[in-house]
Amino acid sequence: METLHTVTEQHAHATAHGHDGGHHHTETFISKYIFSLDHKTIGKQFLITGMVWAVIGGLFSVLFRIQLGWPDETFPFLERMFGAWYTDGKLNPEAYYSLITMHGTIMVFFVLTASLSGTFANVLIPLQLGARDMASPLMNALSYWFFVISGIIMFSSLFLPTGAASAGWTIYPPLSALPQTSPGSGDGMTLWLISMVLFVVSTLLGGLNYVSTILNMRTKGMSLFKMPLTVWALFFTAIIGILSFPVLVSGVVLLIFDRTLGTSFYLSHIVIGGVPQPYAGGSPILFQHLFWFLGHPEVYIVILPAMGMVSEILAVHARKPIFGYKAMIFSILGITILGFIVWAHHMFMAGINPFLGSVFTFFTLLIAIPSAVKVFNWITTIWKGNLHITAPFLFAVGFVSMFISGGLTGIWLGNSTIDIQLHDTYFVVAHFHIVMGIAAFFGMFAGIYHWFPRMFGRMMNTNLAYIHFAITFIGSYLIFWPMHFQGLAGVPRRYYTNNNFEIFAVFNGMNKVISIAAIIVFLAQLLFLVNFFWSIFKGKKSSQNPWNANTLEWTSPVEGIHGNWHGDIPEVHRWAYDYSRPGNESDFIPQNFPLTEKEKTEADH
Amino acid sequence: MAEVLEIKEHHTVHQLPTADNGEGGEKSPMNISYGKTMMWYFLLSDAFTFSAFLIAYACLRLGHKWWPNPNDVFNAMPFMGHHKIPMGFVSIMTFILIMSSVFVVRAVQEGHRMNKKGVMYWMFWGILGGAAFLGCQAWEWQHLLAEGMRPFYNVFYEGKDGLTTLWNVHEQGKPLFSPGPVAFGALFFGITGFHGFHVFTGVCLNIWGFFATANGTFEKRGHYEMIEKLGLYWHFVDLVWVFVFLAFYLM
Ligand code: HEM
Ligand SMILES: [Cu+2]
Repeated sequence: METLHTVTEQHAHATAHGHDGGHHHTETFISKYIFSLDHKTIGKQFLITGMVWAVIGGLFSVLFRIQLGWPDETFPFLERMFGAWYTDGKLNPEAYYSLITMHGTIMVFFVLTASLSGTFANVLIPLQLGARDMASPLMNALSYWFFVISGIIMFSSLFLPTGAASAGWTIYPPLSALPQTSPGSGDGMTLWLISMVLFVVSTLLGGLNYVSTILNMRTKGMSLFKMPLTVWALFFTAIIGILSFPVLVSGVVLLIFDRTLGTSFYLSHIVIGGVPQPYAGGSPILFQHLFWFLGHPEVYIVILPAMGMVSEILAVHARKPIFGYKAMIFSILGITILGFIVWAHHMFMAGINPFLGSVFTFFTLLIAIPSAVKVFNWITTIWKGNLHITAPFLFAVGFVSMFISGGLTGIWLGNSTIDIQLHDTYFVVAHFHIVMGIAAFFGMFAGIYHWFPRMFGRMMNTNLAYIHFAITFIGSYLIFWPMHFQGLAGVPRRYYTNNNFEIFAVFNGMNKVISIAAIIVFLAQLLFLVNFFWSIFKGKKSSQNPWNANTLEWTSPVEGIHGNWHGDIPEVHRWAYDYSRPGNESDFIPQNFPLTEKEKTEADH
Repeated sequence: MAEVLEIKEHHTVHQLPTADNGEGGEKSPMNISYGKTMMWYFLLSDAFTFSAFLIAYACLRLGHKWWPNPNDVFNAMPFMGHHKIPMGFVSIMTFILIMSSVFVVRAVQEGHRMNKKGVMYWMFWGILGGAAFLGCQAWEWQHLLAEGMRPFYNVFYEGKDGLTTLWNVHEQGKPLFSPGPVAFGALFFGITGFHGFHVFTGVCLNIWGFFATANGTFEKRGHYEMIEKLGLYWHFVDLVWVFVFLAFYLM
């Protein structure tokens, strides 16, 4: 048996680390915290990098909300802080477009894709499956560093004299294809494209690793249908990323050709400043197809990890088995598959064939079924549970609330006929922020509060967490609920100002309320950051299993060692959801507890 | 650790990496090692990249009323002067690439037999095939460029009776707007270029595999799984070519 360990270097490496766990004479600060190969450290790196990005992205939203709330005021102090983005105390229109583009890109890709998956896939997959590390620790580290480089490039585009990319996070051509069309379509767009290609490399390296770790590195007894739902969700998330991001690359490569080689993949019949351009035969709608073939699955890349964590957290804190474990898995599978065939619901108004529109309406509405199954199961899981109202629990419930509110408006939008009215209005903004933006953030917060003890060996402050939850929950609804009404009234999204439409003057007050709520919610996140960093150093020491949870990560030493377990990896005997089992003295039975005689005889029947 | 290394060097039989964590854990449902799992998923991902390109090709082409006939575009042969052989050259290219794949299959087989010399021999021929393919592609590109084709300019236009006609830029001069559908050249250079880039990467990887074999890296490991993974990639590149060939030359 022993010889098997030696078959690949990686395994030899993992075993060696496992047995002498933690004692590393040669480890320096740099190899331990910066260029680390340990999945736990890489997870923390993803998390903290994501926090930096979230603050930047959030700050941008505050800036453009100030513009939308007070379109006639001047803000000299902002000009002093942000210089060239302001003229005479007012945000420049070009800067506004760059800010919304960067806000969307940062939040969707850097925070809710890279950081959310990166953090929890890294921390949880090996620990919950009983693996010593990722299948390839090196690729894992590379995935993080590609993410960093991609981020640096995106960040540097903010300082260009012509400004960052400004065509929206969906970068539709011809605006994004022709540098002459707007300042942000120049170098800013070029850097955006380069950054995104590197970002896809990062996602791919990470995703391949997650998939092969899940398939190949499970401990004894951890059959696929004993895996916690977090892992199932991260598994499908990785697969969606592996299959959809390459299509974005194809789309982006053709866009780069249009920008640099003068090809006409997306261009046709263009006249600039009265001069007809030589572009012919291309189609801007082709880009939209390629973009949304990624773009729609992307929204599930964002939400599935949050769904997985919420499933786990609700069961743990309600002290009840998850309701419908297999139904949860198959609904994720259903969402994964259907997620690939609904993309054109973003294009109902782009000039696609109306018949195609009704086909996509059909598939889009089908996706509501697995989504509803999940919601039903979450509610039934906490129904009559022995609820422990902890911070992770609150955020998980908040997630479910947001997902329901935002999902329902999705069904409106999914009907191509209703979308004629609602497309490109604030209704869409409300829909996707609630269902994706806020919900995924709630899932992420739930995950951070829940797994903080496993990541840092300490607990976060509960009272600060309650305040954080209350402000964020109420504030988010205050921000986004009113936007539905603006959208129904026809207020277009992505406009710098609506001053020219007298009819929208009724919303002036509402816009101020939204902006004030946005500022308060932003400040509440700073409170969270204070709690986070303070707790890393000063938080109460965590016990081995602070939430009395069943999954394997709570059997690994609190201080976090290379290889994750001293000696042998624990063997798994049962699923992850044996909570409050009748006849058992404690209200939880960890996965590594052997079946009792009674259970064995039951299983035989 | 020392003991571990020693055991490794004494491997003589071919023992592929296990499909589990090496510590008696659960096996992958596909019963393959993590390295191969990764390669398969990567290829799936790359297949989507190419599918996207080919679908873009189909969309743009179907959006045009007229498209150049490949028999009239791809009919030149080196050293044959003005003698036209439709599809002749590209058939040779395709044959070379397929043969190269066959050679790599042989290399993998020799790997299973732990025959270092055999792996090197067949990898060498595989690499040569790949390089020859790239050479052919370079010739074809430069020939089209010399005819005046550009990614943003197409000299093959709809002549009398819809026949594909070459606009001779050297004699007739260069009109302001592209005589034929621009998308034709853009797609051709874009997609065959992207495929060529894959072939180039594959050749580089195979060269690395050749030298790693020569250095005995895989012999020490006790298995030639790396050659198998390179082989998977190489066959994939070959397979993609079949589709590119179909799209650009046969349809
Ligand atoms: C019940 C399920 C859902 C349905 C039927 C649905 C439907 C739609 C439709 C039809 C649109 C296009 C609206 C327009 O542009 O006119 C849309 C936009 C959007 N949805 Fe959903 N959606 C659902 C769930 C979700 C989920 C779960 C997420 C993310 C986690 C999400 C994220 C988005 C985003 C980001 C956009 C806007 C993208 C943009 O234009 O910038 N949706 N949704
Ligand atoms: Cu969508």
